[in-house]
Amino acid sequence: MKDVLRIVNLCVGVDGRVILKNVNLYIQKGQTFALFGPNGSGKSTLLMTIAGSSKYKIYDGRIMFKGVDITEKATDERVKMGLGIMYQHPPKITGVKLKEILKHCAKLGGTEDKIYEYVKMLNMENLLDRDVNVGFSGGEAKKSELLQLLLMNPEFLMLDEPDSGVDLESIAVIGEVINDLLDGKSGIIITHTGQILKFVDVDYGVVMYKGRIACIGDPREILKTVEKYGYEECARRCLRTL
Amino acid sequence: MSEDFVDLRKVGIERDPSKRSASFMMVDESPEVGFSRGVEILSTREAIERYEWLENYSWRLVEGEGDYDGYFIRVPRNVKVEFPVEACLLLKMAKSQRVHNIVIAEENSELNLITGCTSERLSGLHLGMSEFYIKRNAKVTFTMIHNWKRGNEVLPKTGIRVEENGVFISNYILLSPVKVVKACPVAYLERNSRAFFGSVVVGFEDSEIDIGNVVYLNGEGSSAEIVSRSISRGGKVFSRGHIIGNAENVKGHLECKGMIIGNGVINAIPELEARNPNVDLSHEAAIGKIAEDEIFYLMTRGLSRDEATSLIIRGFMDIEVKELPEVLKREIDRAIELVEKALV
Ligand SMILES: Nc1ncnc2c1ncn2[C@@H]1O[C@H](COP(=O)(O)OP(=O)(O)OP(=O)(O)O)[C@@H](O)[C@H]1O
Ligand SMILES: [Mg+2]
Repeated sequence: MKDVLRIVNLCVGVDGRVILKNVNLYIQKGQTFALFGPNGSGKSTLLMTIAGSSKYKIYDGRIMFKGVDITEKATDERVKMGLGIMYQHPPKITGVKLKEILKHCAKLGGTEDKIYEYVKMLNMENLLDRDVNVGFSGGEAKKSELLQLLLMNPEFLMLDEPDSGVDLESIAVIGEVINDLLDGKSGIIITHTGQILKFVDVDYGVVMYKGRIACIGDPREILKTVEKYGYEECARRCLRTL
Repeated sequence: MSEDFVDLRKVGIERDPSKRSASFMMVDESPEVGFSRGVEILSTREAIERYEWLENYSWRLVEGEGDYDGYFIRVPRNVKVEFPVEACLLLKMAKSQRVHNIVIAEENSELNLITGCTSERLSGLHLGMSEFYIKRNAKVTFTMIHNWKRGNEVLPKTGIRVEENGVFISNYILLSPVKVVKACPVAYLERNSRAFFGSVVVGFEDSEIDIGNVVYLNGEGSSAEIVSRSISRGGKVFSRGHIIGNAENVKGHLECKGMIIGNGVINAIPELEARNPNVDLSHEAAIGKIAEDEIFYLMTRGLSRDEATSLIIRGFMDIEVKELPEVLKREIDRAIELVEKALV
């Protein structure tokens, strides 16, 4: 079994509304996928479901990680098995300091001796004593997510729009870090602009459209098609060829 | 280590001269001064016998009469007491304990006072009457940690006068089951003085807790802040706050936050009263349960559900008091740590 992640016929809903429909996705060890798709198409839902959020109800299908069916597993167990997620919109938690969370992340990843180095690298010293995500700027929130992920050092990375709302200089920093982090590992990166792909090698591009996987192909080709014709046309063309 | 020693540490009492400037202990209705330096500390009865002038202080800020004992603490002018002064009120054998305390911080002095109240009896009544006089430019930080038993009834009365440019900072912590606590300290603020009241209370099953603060902003430019965190875990909690703006350019802010774990009742009752057009009074109140997406977030960082819940509760209880001395902060952290496990 070479697939590190296998998503089989996944159907997911929220509040009785179906969001993901028959999603199938196989990712091999060492592969990274870029996930594209219009707003509201279900990209974040897919990542949150893989992470085990109880908000999203699985109607059908299953999720296999490293050959184990994790569909029913608690989130912390999944994380201990090696899943890591970088949020698009992380929640603000009053009273819980970033540095406190970092300690937990480092314990999990066995990276206690790296905390200081990573904090410095991402220039985050001044955020350590702040309540996590409370009043963080868009870029600060991204960096905080990345820092936590770095310390957890997961085998499989799920990055939800690491490049949105980040200035050009920071994208370069974040991009390099992600590229290093992904070395020899696997993952899914959601991106709208594809900015991050200048720094990170991805193997495939996937388009999600209205809750379905509409096509899989070369990520740069897909981006070009979307830019030229839009998602609807891209999905129409892809669905035809699938 | 005796049982009783452990209990006293839970309410911040060390009885250690290397950590405290003075130590006072009242078991039932018998007071005893352990040690003191740099600050005057006597039993209230003794002080009233010794100082005639105390008439002008006794029963002036709280309604009452009688010669109950308790602690009398006076910090001389210009003296800044280095370590906290501790006072322990312990209900041991008696069915009830009545206490009368008087604290005087003379001009330009500074005092940190920790009062720890606890009981070895499963039931019993504690009636504490306290009067605080903070003179011009003086600063008093008062931390009260309560650790009662299920059947205790606690009905204190407190009055505080803060003179010009004075500062009063109060932190109240109640983290144990109790039958009834009803407390509503009243503060009178004079010109340019400041007061902060922070409280963290947990209402366990069968507990009825009704706490609040009343602050009169009587002097021009005075300001007050009341911050409360209430957790109900099956109990009934009333969290009140009442700020009265009586003078020009006064400022008051009230923040009541409540968290319900399982079931329970929380009533947040903020009240603002302006008797002058040039006041700035505001409040915020919010009650809810722990947000699932916050728990989930922490679980994606490898914490178990219980660990995540406990971290969030702890964060909720962590009211930031910038001016709280490190030692006092540690007392509060320790008290909170002890209760965390019981809450998840
Ligand atoms: N907790 C929720 N409650 C209700 N609806 C939800 C919830 N989470 C997601 N949805 C809905 O599911 C759909 C997919 O949302 P999702 O966040 O997965 O989109 P996305 O592809 O990540 O979009 P974007 O590019 O804007 O981030 C949307 O219509 C959204 O409103
Ligand atoms: Mg999204």
